[in-house]
This record gives sequence, structure tokens and C-alpha cells, in this order.
Amino acid sequence: MTAEVVLSSLANGIMLGGLYALVALGLTLIFGVMKVINFAHGSLMMLAMYATFWLATTAGLDPYLSLLLTLPAAFAFGYAIQRAVIAPVLRAPEHNQLLMTLGLALFLDNLALVVFTADPRTLLVAYSQTTVPLGPVRLNLPRLLAFGGALLISGLLWLFLKTTDLGRALRASSEERDGAALCGIPVGRVHAMAFGIGTACVAAAGGMAVPFFYVSPEVGNTFVITAFVVVVLGGLGSFPGALVGGLLVGVVESLGGLIFHGSLAQIGIFALFVAVLLVRPAGLLGARHA
Amino acid sequence: MPRTAAWLALLAAAAMVPLVIRSEYVIGTLTLMYFFAFVGQGWNILGGYAGQFSFGHALFFGIGAYTSSLCFLKLGLTPWVGMWLGAAVAVGVGLVTGHLSFRYGLRGAYFALVMLAFAEIFRVAATNWDFVGGSFGILVPLQGHAPRLFQFGDKRYFYYVILAMLLALTWAVARLERSRLGYQMIAIRENEAAADALGINPYRVKLAAMALSAAVTALGGAFYAQYFSYIDPAIGFGPANSIEILLRPIIGGAGTLWGPLLGALLLGLLGEGTRGLVKSYAGLHLMLYGVILMGAVVFLPRGVMGALRSLGVGAAERA
Repeated sequence: MTAEVVLSSLANGIMLGGLYALVALGLTLIFGVMKVINFAHGSLMMLAMYATFWLATTAGLDPYLSLLLTLPAAFAFGYAIQRAVIAPVLRAPEHNQLLMTLGLALFLDNLALVVFTADPRTLLVAYSQTTVPLGPVRLNLPRLLAFGGALLISGLLWLFLKTTDLGRALRASSEERDGAALCGIPVGRVHAMAFGIGTACVAAAGGMAVPFFYVSPEVGNTFVITAFVVVVLGGLGSFPGALVGGLLVGVVESLGGLIFHGSLAQIGIFALFVAVLLVRPAGLLGARHA
Repeated sequence: MPRTAAWLALLAAAAMVPLVIRSEYVIGTLTLMYFFAFVGQGWNILGGYAGQFSFGHALFFGIGAYTSSLCFLKLGLTPWVGMWLGAAVAVGVGLVTGHLSFRYGLRGAYFALVMLAFAEIFRVAATNWDFVGGSFGILVPLQGHAPRLFQFGDKRYFYYVILAMLLALTWAVARLERSRLGYQMIAIRENEAAADALGINPYRVKLAAMALSAAVTALGGAFYAQYFSYIDPAIGFGPANSIEILLRPIIGGAGTLWGPLLGALLLGLLGEGTRGLVKSYAGLHLMLYGVILMGAVVFLPRGVMGALRSLGVGAAERA
């Protein structure tokens, strides 16, 4: 095993980790604001991947360009889903909220199975195999674009949460729902927006992954189980935790793939997950929601 | 005792079915219905009575199915014994996962997620371990009609086996419900801090519930492997299986004796009613389950049994 192999694997892990971080950001935002763990997160990602795939194959739209269409659509979809499905159970016992999103995931995954069949599809773009040299390693261009896009979107989201009124309303509702409502914040609408933004995040991650990742009805689950690991690692509801956790998990998975072949590398991720849950259920950076 | 008489009549009817109806299809449907009621009741002990929602009960199911099949395949040990070994292994794994989870006070979503992760670890391990058949899984070698090896030339035997298993389990859970441990489990579900303050040790009670739940689910898994003579990592340990296991008790009413049976009956009937449709589109039945699950959460938050009970209470109040 040469240093170059390790370095390029490390670079791949970091790039993949950026994508994980974006998936996890959506999950953690929804949890932070509503205290609901969204089991349907992967299903929303899968839908966005199909949308990107079909826009590319039927309309010839570049996967990165089609984000301009899929992101607003994902936001609207998430907003509507929150209103129709999540809002009715917001004050229900926690297990009923879990079951609600689980039911939603079952429905969406199998809807895709019925409509699109189980065949995995791959989209080849002109630059699928293009690489960019960086020091001793060559980076795959689509992965690099996805990584850059993930960082950009995370940064914008951070700015949005910190500097805009809506962002402040969102953070206020997440810290103290009733208090925020008393201050005149329309908490119901803010919740729906948070769900919409979370959906847009995961849709962006999905769309940007399409040039180098297969699309199938269950593809979201592979990402989202990893995203659960990431958010628990970083602390549920913690924004920087999702970023750090995403990068960490990406690197662990990628380097683990050097040592263990095939899907065995996933065991490392799950073991990490269990270990973190047990030792620091509040996450590495989070401390509030234990 | 008209109630007892009614139950005896129902039981007699269940026992008579294979003698009257020859259709393999009807027998097979009922067998699966009993089977799902059985594993659902296993989940119900931990998830319903003790209130610890597990999203990874496929863990115990898979252990039961794999242990009994492997013992038969590698050692020639009859699955009648192997299923109990499987239950023992499941109890061991359940105690370890339970110790880790409850020792550190994981509850709610965290507990559900950690169980999902444990099941996934076993799924990935089974997929990558050639000794247990890798991703292909295990085909149980068929020996013809061999009752001593849990193999029957006629599917009706399986019907009686699972009926007997379900009967024994229902009786045992009815006893559990009225036992000290049962009351302690319910107390912890309703208010763990209060139960703790009253001198109940939540850690030990939850571990006991976990052990019982794991054993029952593993026995169900062993039955499944013998019935279909086949098990693979996804069927055994996959997340979809975990969902199948918890769906019926939740629809029927978690934490009630008849919930899992009622849920199995309802979903079984629904499955049969939509069979024509479902056959032409893979995935349609799970799509329906998704809708049912969402509907149940909104309209029947305590399951069908809960709704029936509140109807009963309402009627009693009016009278």
C-alpha cells in the first residue's frame, strides 16, 4: 500500500464526507427545530436523485444545473409534507413520530419501486471520468464538484441561520417552541420551512451524487443510515457537529475500505455509531439533547 | 364462563381448519398470519409492555433462523433443538445490546436507532462471512418428510406447529401480563422515573423484557427458516424485516395481549384482499403498509385495541 493510495483514499473520503455532511445537516436541522428524527430523509434524497436522473436523460439537463429546478421543488415538497404528515404528530409521543416518518419512508421507497422498478440506473456525464490533479493525487471531478457544492450550501445555510430574521426565528423555535410562539413567531410555518430546507439539503446532496452514484429506490437508505451515524456522532441538532461528523465518517469509511474489502467497511461505521451512542449519546460536539 | 367457551370454540375452529379446508393456499396464508402474530408478540414484550421501541428486532429473528439452520447444516443437529439454541444465542446478544443501551440510559429514538445499527452490523457481517453462506444465505437441505428434523411433506404440519407455538406464547404473555415482572414493565413504560422511585430497578426489568422478547423472536425466526427452508442476510437481519415484525403489534395495539394477533389478522386480510394488485406490482404491499402505518399513527394512536377499549369505555359511561 503506497502513500499515494492512502492519500487518494483520504481525499475521496473527505469529498464523500462533504456529501454526508450535507445529508446530515438536513437531518439535524429538522431534528433541532422539531425534535423529530426523520426516517424518510433517505427517501427524499432518492426522489431527488430520480428527478435529477430523469431531467438529465429526458431534457438533457446537466445534473449540477438541474439543482436550480430540484432545490425549489424539494423545498416545496418538504414544506407540504411537514404540513400534511409531520404537523399532526408534533405533540404526539415520540414513538408515534418515529412511526410516522417510517411509514412515510415505506410509502415513498415502495412508490419508487413500483414506478421505477428495482433496476439501478447510472448516469454518465461527459466529465464522469475527468480528474483534477492535486499534489500527488488525482481527484474525480464530479466528486470534487459535489464536495464544493456541499460546502457552499452549508456555508449559505449557516449565513442564513445566523444573519436573517427567518434564520433567527428558526433558531428561536428550536430552542423554545412555546416561547417563540409567544413572541409572535409563526412556529407552525417555521417548522414547515425547516422541513423544506432540510429536504432541499438532502435533495442537493442526492442531485450532486448522481454523476458518480447509482440511482435505485433504496439508494437513499445507504446514505441515510450513514447520516444517522453522522448526526449522532456530531450531536443531534448540532450544525458544526454534522459537518465534522460527516467528514469524519467519510474518511473512516474510505480508509476502512482499504483494509476491509467490500461492504465490510460499513461495520466500522456502525461500530463507531454504537460506541458513540453509548459513550457520548449527546455527540462529540453537541451537549444539549442527550 | 361464556368467554372461555368462546375462546375454546375459536381454538377448536383453528384446529379444525386443515381438516376441513384442503386448499394449500388458505393453509399457507393462515400459517403466515400465525407466524407474524408470534414474532409480533415477541416484539410486543419489549416494545409494547416495557415501552422500549426497537427498530432492529430482525437481529433476533436472524439469529434464530441462522443458528437453527447452521446447527442442522454443519452439525446435523435437529432444528427442534437448534431453535432453542438460537433462542439462547439471541438472549445472549439481547443481554449484551440491552446492557449497553440501558446501562447508558438510551431511550426513545436513540434506543430504536442503536437496535437498528446492531441489526445492520449482523446483516453486513453475515453478508461477508462465507461460513454462514455469505450474501447467498443458507438453503436448508431437504430430507423429505422428516418430522424429527422439523421437515414435513405436508404444509399442514407447519400450520399445527405454529398454532401450538402461538397458543403457548399467548398463554405465557397472558400470565406475564398479570405477573410482578409484567406490572413492573408497564410501570416503567408509563413513567420510568416514578417506577424507579418506587423501588423498581428499570435496568433489570428492561433487560428481562429484552431477554424474553429476543428468545421469542428467535424461535419465530427458526420456524421461518424451516418453513421456507431458506434464509439470507437481508431476509434475516434486514431493516425491512424489522419493520414487518413491529408493524402488526403496532397496528393491533402495542402493549396489549391481543394486539399482535389482531394486527396480524387485519394485515393478513388486507394482504389477501389486495393480492391481485400486489402481484402485478412489486412493492405495492409495502406502499400500502406505509399508508396504513401513517393512518394508524393519526387515527389509532393506541392501535385497534386502544380504539376498541375507548369505545368500550365510552359505551360503559353512557350506560
